[in-house]
Amino acid sequence: MVKVTIDDVEIEVEVGTSILNAARKIGGEVVPPAMCYYSKLESSGGKCRTCLVEVAAGSAADPRPMPKLVASCSTPVADGMVIRNKTSDRVRENRAGVVEFLLINHPLDCPICDQAGECHLQDLGYEHGKAKTRYEEDRRTFDPIDIGDKIKLHMNRCILCYRCVHAADQLTDQRGHGIINRGEHAEISTYIEKAIDNDFSGNVIDVCPVGALTDKTFRFKSRVWFLKPMEGERTCTQCSGKAVLWMFGNEIYRVTARKDQYGEVEDIDGKTAWICNDCRFEKKDVSKWTITGPRVVDRHSVISQGKYETKMNTKIKRIN
Amino acid sequence: MESLSNRKKVVSDKPMTFVERLYLPAIIRGMMVTLKHMLKRRKTIKYPEEQRVFAPVYRGMHVLKRDEEGRENCTACGLCAVACPAEAITMIAEERKKGEEHLYREEKYAETYEINMLRCIFCGLCEEACPKEAIFLTDRIVPTEYERGEFIYGKDMLVEKVDQRIDITKRQGTGKRGKI
Repeated sequence: MVKVTIDDVEIEVEVGTSILNAARKIGGEVVPPAMCYYSKLESSGGKCRTCLVEVAAGSAADPRPMPKLVASCSTPVADGMVIRNKTSDRVRENRAGVVEFLLINHPLDCPICDQAGECHLQDLGYEHGKAKTRYEEDRRTFDPIDIGDKIKLHMNRCILCYRCVHAADQLTDQRGHGIINRGEHAEISTYIEKAIDNDFSGNVIDVCPVGALTDKTFRFKSRVWFLKPMEGERTCTQCSGKAVLWMFGNEIYRVTARKDQYGEVEDIDGKTAWICNDCRFEKKDVSKWTITGPRVVDRHSVISQGKYETKMNTKIKRIN
Repeated sequence: MESLSNRKKVVSDKPMTFVERLYLPAIIRGMMVTLKHMLKRRKTIKYPEEQRVFAPVYRGMHVLKRDEEGRENCTACGLCAVACPAEAITMIAEERKKGEEHLYREEKYAETYEINMLRCIFCGLCEEACPKEAIFLTDRIVPTEYERGEFIYGKDMLVEKVDQRIDITKRQGTGKRGKI
């Protein structure tokens, strides 16, 4: 066990834990935001640079500060490490810069995008970004394409976090898409619009932090804040069968996996509760599910707008 | 106890004097008040022949604007509906097809857009929430109807006609937008 201090909060964690995960153990405001790191996917992280933190003291043995900000998702902690996240001006300034970089090619089409309301980039820009843009050049544009009959790819909105690539690698037996080209020309693509067809391919929608990969069966159907998230269960031979049903009246508009406060799919009974395509896309009938209760939404989230139910669960589970 | 309104009058039933019993002076005094008002300027107007000028901040019937090329600005993002405290706005979105680019500005548009004018309280929050400058409240008054159903305005009533544009430039210069 090593002792680290993050924003003046001391915590003991196991050797080899990343700074980000140590901060998540504390929870609350000290947790750096992350766009590409996904704890449920191996080798994710280190790409988006939003989680950069300042290391004011490297370790108890060598208390010199690290000269540059480090990516908290891929830097392991050391005993006696002192980390500054929200208390550091350098970090705050840097994060605003990273948001600016991420938004260079990201279109401002939130009124159209289905992800609006549960988009991590939206939250990040709102919390850490600047109010005005300095970018005058044209953004790179792609036409939205269908990958398979259930998933829509808006390459315009992609921030190249590689989460979907890792998800396809680790959840499905063969990956049908990847990132081609380099640098500014890098893009998510399939081999000549080949359909992604696998029982668990729908999970790339859940791991996408922005609206680049969206559910075609829900495309433009409604906005997330008009829907009521309910916890539903069904017996499924392929997956856990535990999902969130986004309902309007008695109709299921879309089905997603259950996500925690970091937007990552929750662990249920020690296993990450990814859901299969059958549950996600085909079971839109209420009779197919057992509804166990409402999903508790953070009251600051736009999703909780206009919903007046009393909280049934006392334990607050934030889904956004 | 003394009343707080300070308007308490003690009623007396002492007999009226001779002058009071004549009634004539009291009638003349009353007529004088009436005559004085005949010479004063009237405070009312003959609506609808005459109409008052509205303030630029007046919030009347909504309009869904089109851009300079006549395409609808609204993308059915739902922010007006979520901002609406009276829950008067509903909409159903639809994807723009190829060949409809001259009708709708963005990839998505409102296939139906309804405002229930009986629910609407004309607070203007929809206008404030709109990210696309699509909805504005104008200086037009919602006309009276005989049936309740007629107050649910669809796109036919709300979207401005291409040849009859509704001027909202004065409105754009007020409030939050005016400051930017």
